[in-house]
Amino acid sequence: MIFRIPPRCAQLILAGIGCLTPLAVQAAEPQAIDFTRQIQPILADRCYQCHGPDSQQRKAELRLDVEDSALAKAIVPGKPEESEMLKRILSTDPEEQMPPAEARRKPFTVEEVELLRTWIAAGAPWAQHWAFETPAAPALPAVSHPEWPRDGLDHFVLARIEAEALSPAKPASRETLIRRLSLDLTGLPPTPEEIDTFLADTAPDAYARLVDRILASPHYGENMARIWLDGARYADTNGFQNDFNRQMWPWRDWVIQAFNNNMPFDRFTVEQIAGDLLPDATDAQRIGSGFNRNNRSNTEGGSIEDEWRVENIIDRVESTSAVFLGLTMGCARCHDHKYDPISQKEFYRFFAIFNSTEDKGFYEETRGNAGPIVTIATPETTARLAEFDEALKDARRSLRKQRAELDKQLMVWEDPAPAPPAPDSDLRLPLRGHLRASATAGYAAQIQSPVRYAAATGPVFQEGLTGPALHLDGTAESHADLGPAIDFEKDRPFTISFWVRPETSGAIFSRMDDARQFRGVDALLGDDGSLVVRLVHAWPENALKVIAEKGLRMGTWSHVCIAYDGSAKAQGVQIFIGGAAAPLKTETDALAGSIHAEAPVLLGRLSESAFFKGAVADFQYFSRVLDAPQIRSIRDTALDATYGAGVPEDKKESLEAFLEAERTNQLTSEIAAVKKIEDERNEYAAKEVPTVMVMKELPEPRPTYRLLRGLYDAPDTTETLSPGVPAFLPPLPEGAPANRLGLAQWLVDPANPLVARVAVNRFWLQFFGKGLVKAPDNFGTQSDPPSHPELLDYLATEFIAMGWDMKAFQKRIVMSATYQQDSAVSTVLAERDPENDLYARGPRFRMAAESIRDNALAVSGLLARRIGGPSVKPYQPDKLWEELAGGAGEGPYVQSKGEDLYRRSLYTYRKRTVPHPTLSTFDAPSWEICRVLRARTNTPLQALALLNDVTYVEASRKLAERMLSEAPGDAMERVRYGFRLVTGRYPNETEWQILSTGLQDHLRTYANDPEAAAMFAAQGEAPADTKLDPVELPAYMAIAGVILNLDEAITIE
Amino acid sequence: MDPLHLTQQMNRRFFLRNAAGGLGAAALGLYGMTVPNRADAALPGAAAFPNHKPKAKRVIYLFQSGAPSQIELFDYKPSLEKIHMTELPAEIRMGQRLTGMTASQTTFPVVASKFKFAQHGQSGAWMGELLPHTAGIVDDLCIVRTMYTEAINHDPAITFCQTGSQLAGRPSMGAWVAYGLGSSNDDLPTFMVMISRGSGRAADQPLYDRLWGSGVLPGRYQGVKLRSGEEPVLYLANPGGCSPTTRRSMLDQIRALNQEKHEAVGDPEILTRIDQYELAFRMQTAVPELTDISDEPKHILDMYGPDVHRPGTFARNCLLARRMAERDVRFVQLYHMGWDHHDNLPDHLSKQCYDTDQASAALVTDLKQRGLLEDTLVVWGGEFGRTVYSQGKVTDVTYGRDHHPRCFSLWLAGGGIKAGQVYGTTDDFSYNIVENPVHVNDLNATMLHCLGINHRQLSVPYQGLNLRLTGVEEHDPIPGLLA
Repeated sequence: MIFRIPPRCAQLILAGIGCLTPLAVQAAEPQAIDFTRQIQPILADRCYQCHGPDSQQRKAELRLDVEDSALAKAIVPGKPEESEMLKRILSTDPEEQMPPAEARRKPFTVEEVELLRTWIAAGAPWAQHWAFETPAAPALPAVSHPEWPRDGLDHFVLARIEAEALSPAKPASRETLIRRLSLDLTGLPPTPEEIDTFLADTAPDAYARLVDRILASPHYGENMARIWLDGARYADTNGFQNDFNRQMWPWRDWVIQAFNNNMPFDRFTVEQIAGDLLPDATDAQRIGSGFNRNNRSNTEGGSIEDEWRVENIIDRVESTSAVFLGLTMGCARCHDHKYDPISQKEFYRFFAIFNSTEDKGFYEETRGNAGPIVTIATPETTARLAEFDEALKDARRSLRKQRAELDKQLMVWEDPAPAPPAPDSDLRLPLRGHLRASATAGYAAQIQSPVRYAAATGPVFQEGLTGPALHLDGTAESHADLGPAIDFEKDRPFTISFWVRPETSGAIFSRMDDARQFRGVDALLGDDGSLVVRLVHAWPENALKVIAEKGLRMGTWSHVCIAYDGSAKAQGVQIFIGGAAAPLKTETDALAGSIHAEAPVLLGRLSESAFFKGAVADFQYFSRVLDAPQIRSIRDTALDATYGAGVPEDKKESLEAFLEAERTNQLTSEIAAVKKIEDERNEYAAKEVPTVMVMKELPEPRPTYRLLRGLYDAPDTTETLSPGVPAFLPPLPEGAPANRLGLAQWLVDPANPLVARVAVNRFWLQFFGKGLVKAPDNFGTQSDPPSHPELLDYLATEFIAMGWDMKAFQKRIVMSATYQQDSAVSTVLAERDPENDLYARGPRFRMAAESIRDNALAVSGLLARRIGGPSVKPYQPDKLWEELAGGAGEGPYVQSKGEDLYRRSLYTYRKRTVPHPTLSTFDAPSWEICRVLRARTNTPLQALALLNDVTYVEASRKLAERMLSEAPGDAMERVRYGFRLVTGRYPNETEWQILSTGLQDHLRTYANDPEAAAMFAAQGEAPADTKLDPVELPAYMAIAGVILNLDEAITIE
Repeated sequence: MDPLHLTQQMNRRFFLRNAAGGLGAAALGLYGMTVPNRADAALPGAAAFPNHKPKAKRVIYLFQSGAPSQIELFDYKPSLEKIHMTELPAEIRMGQRLTGMTASQTTFPVVASKFKFAQHGQSGAWMGELLPHTAGIVDDLCIVRTMYTEAINHDPAITFCQTGSQLAGRPSMGAWVAYGLGSSNDDLPTFMVMISRGSGRAADQPLYDRLWGSGVLPGRYQGVKLRSGEEPVLYLANPGGCSPTTRRSMLDQIRALNQEKHEAVGDPEILTRIDQYELAFRMQTAVPELTDISDEPKHILDMYGPDVHRPGTFARNCLLARRMAERDVRFVQLYHMGWDHHDNLPDHLSKQCYDTDQASAALVTDLKQRGLLEDTLVVWGGEFGRTVYSQGKVTDVTYGRDHHPRCFSLWLAGGGIKAGQVYGTTDDFSYNIVENPVHVNDLNATMLHCLGINHRQLSVPYQGLNLRLTGVEEHDPIPGLLA
């Protein structure tokens, strides 16, 4: 049984429980009781906790949210005294009384009991909660003054006003109207020229044309986006902990364009919920789906992926349901919804719709966007990137060519001709599976063969690149000791040659006394593979040190030669890697004493430190300087001997690594050329080619389970839940897929009872400062009933009938007689209807945070009107970020310069953990979660901001400059001009007197205090008009400041 | 003379001149939060509280951000020394979740506190040696060893402590109290916030505006941050070249024009705005008076320790907290950063204790000697505890501890609190609670109780529910903590 009230009654019925206004008391006696608006809210508040949708909490198997159950057990229609429900409510026995004390609900009031009694007496007519029924277009109510309405909507308003025996207000003045219209639609004030044009336009359709002109302004989209972004929780940072930057502004620009292009609301909805799933989705449609990537994303180290993926999805469910459905689905996360008919299982079926996208729950310490993303290209950026790619192709081609030529030289084993013979050494320790040394006559005496190896394990040999090699394990004992085999001296040339495959840093060879200021010679490998050669008398002051920075690679074989000419100069040292001279850096070049050391020649350490881990083979000493071809031949001969007959399969990998290391060392300039272009391209792309995060489905959706108590780690795996929508709402449209696209189609299906109502309520809020339903995100059973239920349904059905055309719909609102009323609060209305629930006058309310600043910038001429692009950083007190950032975060706030200081506040950088202070002060949210209603407070901190923030002080200076340079004539004209720029009207006589007296006062002050005058006029970074009088400017600035601080200056009247 | 001082002097003269009537009188008693304006009239908060006779009129919450280790400071576990470096038994860990930072550790070696404990005061409470001053006031404290929380990472855990929810968007505790009780000072904000950086960990954890935000409550209830620089409250100082005389002249014109407007259109919101401008003017005097500590005698400054001479330190903030208590600021929230000791705990913890120990004890003592402790509730603690097992390498000199939500310690003092006791027992590993658990929302309910507020009634309609600080689960004041 559906109980619908006749339209006429609706106007007479109380607005509902919980919003009784003084006027309601005077209202006529209700003729009928409306179940959904008067009875259900009481039952929901007092009874549903135990007798409602939540099956876990339900007592006595009684449901008072379901007609059958209630009538079967607790209510006898027409017979209040026989109804168990009423008996229990009226009982004084604590055992019997409802609600019981332990439920901790408020007791019923006398009025509520009377309502219930009357309702039961009238047969207890039941109805579905009003908002869950598809709205039907109501007939226009009759009115006594049919000449007043200009739109159907006015009939509903007027009928209600007349029922209260009141009359609507007179129309607002045209000056007020154009300012109201401009601020409501674009967030910016009209210019004096625009006002004059409108005042001079006496044609009957002047106002309609004005509306069309303003709706066509590109600033319209900015203002609409500003409102939309609150619900979409759009921001420029990820919102957790370190709160790193992200790039979602291309999505914000998509929203601006969607409004400016008047995208119908159904398409606007579908593209944001599921743009990526549309057939052949365009980039723009995929960008639209970024709506649900605006949620915060956790990057705090140590977080748990599953936990935050679940939180992200819940955020998407809550935001989507609040913005489009006006439902608080989040309540059913942990248990069945207490008041609305949403079971926990249904919640997770809805959740399942979102539980199948690629993005992750946790991005450890990640800056910037996380995939999936869309890259935003323009013709210029595409062309520029193509240039980079072309240059890159050239550089890579050149690199390939050089490399091919180099390989011919390096791959000697492929050349059938034998490599030239290698020069003979004076001392050789081949390390080919043994520790025996060979030496020429002059050296044989100094060397004991085999050489000593101290570690108890004995020497370990392993297969190397050119035969076996000695492996040193990085311990102190693991080294070869050659005794005093080689006596290095600063005037004796030498060449040392060896093969090495390092695993850690350390000394590859040395003859050096740690304890005697490191006297001696060593070859030291750094962690980064750099190779240091030192000849030391006394470290560091009397020594020589060179570094081959592009040295060796860990885990890869190299052939190394160190040649010294006995000059005691750094330039007398050369290091050859792979037979090619390595570029050297000289760090010390002050060798002036003996380098003879007492310590032995060691492979793998210094005398006491720098233990090396890695493999070494074929250590050779030459008591002369070899030239480059000779050194090359040592390498080539060894490789030719090993691989001349072919490269065994198991060697190919290590040989290729060896070759690649040599190539990298020898093609440095070609490789650097490629890298430079790559870096430039990346930098350009990061700066000029934005990306934006979007939704993308997984190939296979994740299985979804009910999460017990809403906990991510407590899934009820006994049942896999399929995606779906709550049963109390219509099912998915026929043929719609059970995914986000199906959800989107379901939202905009005319059968959906909520979406159009919620949307039109939000528009109403935009123009009247409050919704017909007060909480725009709650249309559930616990919501405040609409002040004008039929009007809400009328608007919703009209909106759908108009093809969801947002501009056309808004035009109807602003063309209405209701909207065009004067907003002055008469004494009668102040008493009867202080909240303006009847709309018997026009709206009057403070501007939104962004508009307050935008308005000041606009009237002072500072506003930069460029649309879109990356967010900017206007004035902000120093160190606000640093105070909270701890040791991390994004670094300091770097204030923008020039034009970007004066962009609309929509573009002010939104750092979620530290929002811009004046935006917060004027009630902007932090955009951490979805919010569709802002408070409008009135605080001393707001006064301080408008009086002292450089933003507004600078605006007062620029406004003063306009007064002085643009207004003709005397002080009167100038002050009148400034006043009109800000308020859209000229001051009256009293106002003019106040301003004039004030101006005289300020002129005297600054004439007497030139220093203060100069200081005051120096506020802000905008260049000053130096032609202006140094006393007049600050005095007018004070007056401009007064005007900008007026209640009227920040109020839409 | 700096602009604020000039303003201050000027304003004082103005008030004297106007005290007999006119503007000054009109503005009295109307600092933003005391009288709800039209927009809040529908909210049940204001005027409904207190529900019962409050024991505390105000709160000073010394929040130690990053989570101090209970094992070194409050929760004495002598038996750990015997099992130092042995594996944490599985029956103690019970497979509880760990953070991503230690979940992949292959061993969980128990590490005993490097610092000694001793018993103090009449109560004989055990205290770690890093808190000698706190040990000296132990009989004024109620040490709770059995706090537990639901979050395991900083951001959600701090948000949980301060707003009763891990997720963003809920009002902070100070905002709830401001909303419920209003102001008891006409010239200063009801809820003030101060922040200091710890010396124990250079890269400490960040904080977030939401921790003192108003969430779904009107913005007027958010905490006002008191800063250590030239301008203690944002936009407090007149711009350069705008003398107090000029500012007063401008305010007179603004008032006259707003009154003219009100006569024309009758909107009462205009009258509220007139009041707010006058109150802003008065804040320009009251705030510098609050932050100017030149009238504090040497023995008081010495009590708070040498850091008190440096603005922005925890010690200075403690002194300012006392000055706020004297001026009846309702809720004073301090944050001291730097307690997140995953590694190098002994060194870092010592420095943090040095930062905070003396001044925390001085604050309690100072309040007590002025008779303010009996109606001021002081709380000292962080967002969770730290693990008994070491994170990373243990050496002779150092070790670290990971986040541990299952038990942690804090202390309470002052109005409504049963002092001189240690509440709750944890197991031998300071890992699980054995007796008398205190959930974060139990603590918050207890704090509200001390303020005379029934936490179930301090609510705001939001999305069809009555949103509360203490959440939807059953949590209540803990009788054992109450005097």
